Amino acid sequence: MAKFFAITILVIAILSAVPVVRNTWHPVEDISAHGQAIDDQMTETMWEAGISFLASQILLAWFIWRFSGSRPGEKSKNFPGGATGLVAAAVILVGIEVFALGIFGIKAWGNIYFTPPGADALPVQVQAGQFAFYFRYPGPDGKFGPLHPDKISEANQNFFGLDPNSDPDSRDDIVTAEMAIPVNKEVRLMMHAKDVSHSFYVPALRIHQDFVPGLDLQLHFTATKIGRYEIVCSQLCGLGHYNMKAYLSVLSQQDFDDWLKKEAAMQ
Amino acid sequence: MHDTAHAAAHHGPPTTFIRKHVFSLDHKVIGKQYYGLGLAAVLIGMVLSWLMRIHLGWQNAAIPGLHLLSSAGAPGNVMTPEYYLQLMTMHATFMVFFVLTVAPFAAFGNFFIPIHTGCEDMPFPHFNMMSFWTTFVAFCVMLLSFFVGDGPTLGGWTQYAPLSAVGSVAGPGQGAGVVIWATSLAIFCVGQLFGSLNFIPNILDLRCKGLSMWRLPLPTWAWFITSCMGLTSFSVLMPACILLILDHVAGTSFFVPSNLVINDQLQPHSGGSTLLWQHLFWFFGHPEVYIAIVPGMGIASHVLITSMRKPMLSHRVLVYSMGAIAVLSYLVYGHHMFVSGMNPVSSIAFSFPTLAITIPSTIIVLVWLGSLYGAKLRINSASLFALGFISMFITGGVSGFFLAQPSLQILLHATYFVVAHFHFTMAIAAIFGIFSGTYFWFPKMWGRMMNETLGRVHFWCTFVGTYAIFMPFHYLGLAGNVRRYSSFPADYMQPLVGLHQFITIAALFTGAAQLIFLYNLIHSRFWGEPAPDNPWQATSLEWSTSSPPPWDNFGGRHMVVHHDPYQYGVQSSVGDYVMQDSPEQVKTEHEEP
Repeated sequence: MAKFFAITILVIAILSAVPVVRNTWHPVEDISAHGQAIDDQMTETMWEAGISFLASQILLAWFIWRFSGSRPGEKSKNFPGGATGLVAAAVILVGIEVFALGIFGIKAWGNIYFTPPGADALPVQVQAGQFAFYFRYPGPDGKFGPLHPDKISEANQNFFGLDPNSDPDSRDDIVTAEMAIPVNKEVRLMMHAKDVSHSFYVPALRIHQDFVPGLDLQLHFTATKIGRYEIVCSQLCGLGHYNMKAYLSVLSQQDFDDWLKKEAAMQ
Repeated sequence: MHDTAHAAAHHGPPTTFIRKHVFSLDHKVIGKQYYGLGLAAVLIGMVLSWLMRIHLGWQNAAIPGLHLLSSAGAPGNVMTPEYYLQLMTMHATFMVFFVLTVAPFAAFGNFFIPIHTGCEDMPFPHFNMMSFWTTFVAFCVMLLSFFVGDGPTLGGWTQYAPLSAVGSVAGPGQGAGVVIWATSLAIFCVGQLFGSLNFIPNILDLRCKGLSMWRLPLPTWAWFITSCMGLTSFSVLMPACILLILDHVAGTSFFVPSNLVINDQLQPHSGGSTLLWQHLFWFFGHPEVYIAIVPGMGIASHVLITSMRKPMLSHRVLVYSMGAIAVLSYLVYGHHMFVSGMNPVSSIAFSFPTLAITIPSTIIVLVWLGSLYGAKLRINSASLFALGFISMFITGGVSGFFLAQPSLQILLHATYFVVAHFHFTMAIAAIFGIFSGTYFWFPKMWGRMMNETLGRVHFWCTFVGTYAIFMPFHYLGLAGNVRRYSSFPADYMQPLVGLHQFITIAALFTGAAQLIFLYNLIHSRFWGEPAPDNPWQATSLEWSTSSPPPWDNFGGRHMVVHHDPYQYGVQSSVGDYVMQDSPEQVKTEHEEP
């Protein structure tokens, strides 16, 4: 029974590792300027966690195999070096391992959060509400008009609560249901929630940030590959949460300019 | 410390049926009542998980009879997306609070702490009785939410504001459902505080003669540490729940800021903070993870030592490590909020204690593995589950390497990777601890042996089955599969549906295998072989009394302890062990390295 158990642990450990080694299920391809650091950190952590997982499970299986049963005549033994060696190993080896991960990880995190966006970054505002994202571009004047929550009306398609009659800055604002950005151009994303908490999760962009009602948050990023990607909500926001998504189109500068003109004409 | 304390806990034998079986002051009956409550809750939680899994595998599947639970939530027996969220919230709530807190901590802790400390009962038996019945009321109130208004809340067990605080305008169950949820948990907190206020003074002040703190068995140390965590964390959840209730019924805005627009209506709230709820909740929530898992560590260690026929490499190192985990658990809660909008510098600050908690966890695992070295391991249902506990804890622990890092949570936050992590650690490992404790202590608690063959069949199905369910959750998370979705319309998630279907089949199989345990439990309770006083040749004080123990635990004897709790691998008049209360002097037969 013990030997069978040991083999079972071993088989489960190896089978568990196979899809990771074969990369069967993996994050969508990174298309961001900052994402490589995150992916490198992920690979590094996978190695360390994978080795820890396999080594521990194999050791467990081996000891169950080796030290089960009464074995008459054989005295029970203590682990060489006792607990002291194991505590020292845990503190030194695992301590160094995890703190190294923590320190190197700061760089990947800091690329997004500890560097300011460039002055010429493209400003885009995103508003999350049950159960859709809406995006706003400032138009030719480069300015966003102010928001008036009391004027928000899905029925009148005034998703942001703009008042172009009173606010000149709002008149050329472009509101869209799909996000488009130019390739290799930094974007400054201004995030706010209309109703409850949501999240802006774009796996391809290596971007993940909650919307917090009452707080205006900013992110900045650069997409490096033309294509069509998905933005999904990852913060439980109500009955339609699973269906809250939008598309992100990364376009050439020319295609982006054309798209923006087309959207402006439709306002 | 000793003699006066005995007097403090003294109460006479029960004389009426009500006093003996219902409103009992006897910690053992209260422990069994908690166990029964945990069992009822785990059956509810498991059936809910079946319903959820069937829906996740096949969204249009009609589940016979489901409309009886909610005609609106399951028209034509097909679950709606919102009802999926409601059942998911109830699954997590029942499991986290009424199973993972109740069974390993309150049930076994109540039964065994006074026995492990060699005393007659808890210091405050009336409070102890109130602890159970308060928790029972909380359980009934939570059940009520299935049948009131538009059903239970759909906000998840974390109940993030403002979704949880703005009322029914936010969706089904967000009005009365949230108020019931928060009321139930506020009551639950009171029950757990009553429990902790008994456990701590019992362990500190009611220990019998000769029983120093270091002579306490490991589960009692674990329950002591857990009680301290419970005392400080439930006392934060309770006011948070009360403030949430006030946001619903008193027009306050603790958790709701101004200018929110729902269904084109400007909400009549201002001045609240959505992140305040998250801070309060997780200040409770992360210690709660360890409230669920630390008793399992103690129980698995206790069972393993008896099965290995040798003590752990270091009793003190295990205790210090569990204590370190408890202290660190308050410093790490912010890792649940890395992408919440909290200051990103705070994320780094919370990241390092989270990484540091790996160290005491690794020490515990290495001490277990090091102790297995050179053992004479007896394999039975209890030890299989204890060894399975180690395997599950290792698996759950290593995924913590990822989630401790803010940069990796950009990919993994709120995905199935997180679901895999917390199920392996606080859920499955803890449940393996409960199973191990049940197979080990059943003879003592009910005076009968469980069926060993059925126990092993139950173990094999559960061990393989839980890996089949929860290991693939990691792969889903790596691929970016967001949790709390009732279906997966995103293009990049579509290829993952097959894996979800596999998990559903594994969950139905593994869940069905739990019926073997249920049958074994009920059958053995009434028709199992009568248990001897010490069927496992174990050493701690529970094995020095009859099975089951008399109402005063030791039949009027004043216990005196002469040994450390785990004197195995010795030469004594009874075999390779010596009872903790035996005055016999023994010498160890360990072979030094």
